[in-house]
Amino acid sequence: MFVNNDVQTNANDMLERHIVQPNDPQHPIVLATEDLHVFYGKSEALFEGDLQFAQNQITALIGPSGSGKSTYLRSLNRMNDRIATVKGRIMYRGVDVNQPDIDVYEMRRRIGMVFQRPNPFAKSIYDNVAFALRLRGVTGKKKLDELVEVSLRQAALWDQVKDDLGRSALGLSGGQAQRLCIARAIALKPDILLLDEPASALDPVSTSQLEDTLLKLKEQYTIIIVTHNMQQAARISEYTAFFNQGRVLEYDTTSHIFTNPRVQITSDYVSGNFG
Amino acid sequence: MKEQSTSVASLERQLKKHSKAAKLEVWGRVVSFSALVLIVAVVVAIIGFVASKGIATFTTNHVSLWDFLTGKNWNPGIKDAHGKPEVGALSMIVGSFLITILSALIATPFAIGTAVFMNEISPNRGAKILRPVTELLVGIPSVVYGFIGLSVVVPFTRSVFGGSGFGILSGTFVLFVMVLPTVTSMSADALRAVPRFYREASLALGATQWQTIYKVVLRAATPGLMTAVVFGMARAFGEALAVQMVIGNAALMPHSLVDPAATLTSVLTTGIGNTVMGSLQNNALWSLALVLLLMSLVFNLIVRLIGRKGRLQ
Amino acid sequence: MHKAKLQNKIAIGSLYGISGLVVLILVALLGYILVSGLPQLSWHFLTAPAKAFLKGGGVGVQLFNSFYLLILAMLISFPIALGAAIYLYEYAKDNWVTSAVRTAIEILSSLPSVVVGLFGFLFFVVKLRLGFSILSGAFALTFFNLPLLTRSIEDSLRTVSENQREGGLALGLSRWETVNKIILPAAVPSILTGVILSAGRVFGEAAALIYTAGQSAPALNFADWNPFNISSPLNPMRPAETLAVHIWKINSEGIMPDAKAISSGSSAVLVIAILLFNFAARYLGKRLYKRLTSA
Repeated sequence: MFVNNDVQTNANDMLERHIVQPNDPQHPIVLATEDLHVFYGKSEALFEGDLQFAQNQITALIGPSGSGKSTYLRSLNRMNDRIATVKGRIMYRGVDVNQPDIDVYEMRRRIGMVFQRPNPFAKSIYDNVAFALRLRGVTGKKKLDELVEVSLRQAALWDQVKDDLGRSALGLSGGQAQRLCIARAIALKPDILLLDEPASALDPVSTSQLEDTLLKLKEQYTIIIVTHNMQQAARISEYTAFFNQGRVLEYDTTSHIFTNPRVQITSDYVSGNFG
Repeated sequence: MKEQSTSVASLERQLKKHSKAAKLEVWGRVVSFSALVLIVAVVVAIIGFVASKGIATFTTNHVSLWDFLTGKNWNPGIKDAHGKPEVGALSMIVGSFLITILSALIATPFAIGTAVFMNEISPNRGAKILRPVTELLVGIPSVVYGFIGLSVVVPFTRSVFGGSGFGILSGTFVLFVMVLPTVTSMSADALRAVPRFYREASLALGATQWQTIYKVVLRAATPGLMTAVVFGMARAFGEALAVQMVIGNAALMPHSLVDPAATLTSVLTTGIGNTVMGSLQNNALWSLALVLLLMSLVFNLIVRLIGRKGRLQ
Repeated sequence: MHKAKLQNKIAIGSLYGISGLVVLILVALLGYILVSGLPQLSWHFLTAPAKAFLKGGGVGVQLFNSFYLLILAMLISFPIALGAAIYLYEYAKDNWVTSAVRTAIEILSSLPSVVVGLFGFLFFVVKLRLGFSILSGAFALTFFNLPLLTRSIEDSLRTVSENQREGGLALGLSRWETVNKIILPAAVPSILTGVILSAGRVFGEAAALIYTAGQSAPALNFADWNPFNISSPLNPMRPAETLAVHIWKINSEGIMPDAKAISSGSSAVLVIAILLFNFAARYLGKRLYKRLTSA
């Protein structure tokens, strides 16, 4: 009898959810997903993820591996188009960008992305930043120089590389390479920056530098970051979403999630009892 | 409120505009796809042309397929006692198969033995000397093999086995040396693909090195080794000039390994330039080319079957 | 146990024997080519035109023809192979059409080169009336070269990590731009190695050429570089016997008194050229890679 009851409670816990969407007139919603489902072939990897993201804020997506948080993030700028089927609406400033007639290239310039492993191109540091600009018609050495410098400064890399911009980017350390990738992304002046566990391949010092950088960047960009590291989420984000088994179970301000979670599993996860 | 809805509409317009990137993408797809179509068209054209020319002997000149495959006399210009042209290709078909099988029989133990040596027994020497040398020899042009066959192998065969020196035996020797690097280097690749822990597990169980090689490594690599041998055979079967230079070019049924003989390729290379397009003599040669083409498809099929079976295991 | 050890010893011993023998054969082969061929080499041999019935001819025209055909064949086949490889690796979906196309390419790569040559003869020499010419030969070599070059470029694309593609796409580049501006530059060392190795194969090919580029080498006027003049080296419509075809030709006809010496010399030139291609491929590939990755 007891055992049965226990199972019942657990099953209820699985479905228990607590979603509070941001509501701050200072920071309007710039991106929201509605009724989002992601399928890999026939299997569904994300059942529902209905979140809204506030402008110039950092939102952290946390959860155990395989919980669907990266799948969700990669769907936002349709990086999963070739390998997955994404159903539902992705409302970017009022426009559903998950429609076939949306120009994904234009969309990705507004919703940029930085990946788990630093992936600088096999080009010079300067060209890594300048090259997408050139392809989009930015010409003139002066203009490019200026944009490269601003982007590298914003990514807090300028002081370390300003004397050897012609060097191959493949010679940079992991932390520097990841900053370069951020500089490369913000050179295009995106609206939203998606980061998929950007610090997971970095040492603690580089990680903390990266966090400082992100805190500065949020003044200009809306940031959504997937992270494994709960302290990181707690340190830098205003809002946190907790994913488990393909569902968002709890979404609230970060302080609520970490100090007063409403859902049992979230509480277990943030206190380190599982995951 | 109204202002907001117009800004949404303008953003939507911007996001739905066909960007330069989207145009380039379409262009890139079309260009790269055309290149691929071109290659496929070449393959289809080669098979189509050779096949249509090759069956003309049977459709236009009314030679029976059976006579072609089993007849022993090859004199397309001459008619036999029954008034039928002599287009029996059996002697060349036998010649081609004989040198292919014989050279593969000799080359296989040497190639696999060397591959085992450079992969299992002395990986250091294997990587430093054997591998680069075999890979280099894979690239030696076949006419060079033919020339060496002519100036070294033929005199050698003549003095040791008698006869003129030209014949199946010399052809076999030349092809043996020619396919040896190919088969060795592919066999070595097959052995390298066997996971290291297979060997470690076997040695840990107390098996000797030879037992490990024989019962574990070679067995695990069997599909790859078979593929290597079939590739070598395909190369031997299709080789033209090196064989033509040493086989003697007599389209007769081979009675011994040291008598002059002929293969499909050798008759083709010597004959095509000396016949008139559209004549029976010429069509008969195209039929030989068709046999050659079909055999290369067969080798291809065998490699596929081995690959499929290997994957099932 | 004792028996197993003895067996082990015998088996390993025989493997030493077999590989020793193979090394001996391969070394003897290379040695023979170089020892018999190197003494024939001289400036005169490499530059003088051939003589049909007299001693003392050279292989100058043939050598030029070999390089000219090689360059033309590479110029035609490289863009096609590159495009096909890009489509296959970057765009093609994993379905039956793709697998049929791959089969077709495999078939082309396994066709005997004499069959490719015969097709070239039928189609270019006879049907398109190009005659025995550089152009016919270059097309035949292209067909011979396409499948291997395509595969080698595809392998080169595979060596560039997937995260480089993601990086490009995330910047709003199309896949085509990503491949052209990011993937190909990063794959250049590997592609170059593949191209040079395939050049070696093309350089030594003869069977595909005897009925396309022909078996004669009319004298050339090396002062005339107008491709429309018949004696100009650049004229693409002239018949052009290459070095490899020359070796076959003089050995099959045997009317040249010093055929053997000429063949030895030509073989050595071919083998040295292949050696150079090989070393160049390794060296350039490594160097470019270093330049790309180092500071």
